[in-house]
Amino acid sequence: MDATVIRRFIESTQNVFGTMLRSTVTFGAPVPTSQATSCGDVSGIIGFSGDVAGAAVIRMPMATAAGVVKAFTGEDVSSESDDFADAIGELANMICGGAKSNMESGSVSISCPQVVLGKDHKVQKPSDAVSITIPCNSPQGTFAIEISIRAVGAHSSASRSHHAAAG
Amino acid sequence: MRVMLVDDSKTIRRIQRSILEQIGYTEIDEACDGQDALSRVVAFQPSLILLDWNMPNMDGLTFLKTFRQRDKATPVIMVTTEAEKTRVIEAIRAGVNNYVVKPFTPDTLQQRIKETLAKVGAPQ
Repeated sequence: MDATVIRRFIESTQNVFGTMLRSTVTFGAPVPTSQATSCGDVSGIIGFSGDVAGAAVIRMPMATAAGVVKAFTGEDVSSESDDFADAIGELANMICGGAKSNMESGSVSISCPQVVLGKDHKVQKPSDAVSITIPCNSPQGTFAIEISIRAVGAHSSASRSHHAAAG
Repeated sequence: MRVMLVDDSKTIRRIQRSILEQIGYTEIDEACDGQDALSRVVAFQPSLILLDWNMPNMDGLTFLKTFRQRDKATPVIMVTTEAEKTRVIEAIRAGVNNYVVKPFTPDTLQQRIKETLAKVGAPQ
């Protein structure tokens, strides 16, 4: 995966957390997702299509997600509430939308966000894309950004080969 | 001043509502997508619309093109993650009056609203 893509996600995450949560995020070295140890109770998933295809997943332990939602909305929001998933989805939308805008890869579209909640669930990655995980640390706790996108010659749907499963 | 918020994220609508209330705009209606906005806009008669781009059912650009066929005057500010120059131009051609890229600060949104209303000569 082009290092520029990873840098775009890092810049966008810093921008979103700085602007909407007034928080600073630090980043660890990106690693292949197969070697990552991040745990995920909450995932915000965005599909990419057009000149790139695949998906990005913002994965958080529940404690981090609760802190992030509180910082974002200014309120304690129960994870059972639709508002909790809405806030995580919008955060993923802004991070991925910002990264997309900086990619300069021609025509790229992003999907509406999908959010999965479930202790230690797994998100199946597209089989035809390299998946990279960026470890992140914020005042609300650790989280990870998993990027599984590839350049394509023809337009294709990103979400077709992307399934989320709780478990 | 009646303001319609069109965004599929309730979180964003709540943040926008709070920012608007801080500057004295309290007549606010909310729609969760373009289709919902079209069904509400005639009855609510907004003086200003804040419009997201990526939404299910009907996206913001489709709403804008349909809305502009019958209303060329009501100012519309696109509030979206879509920041590419080509997208901004597309939105302007469809009739958007101003543009705010997410994420945004309260100051940025307030400033764009004031700019937009001043430009169209609307009371603030």
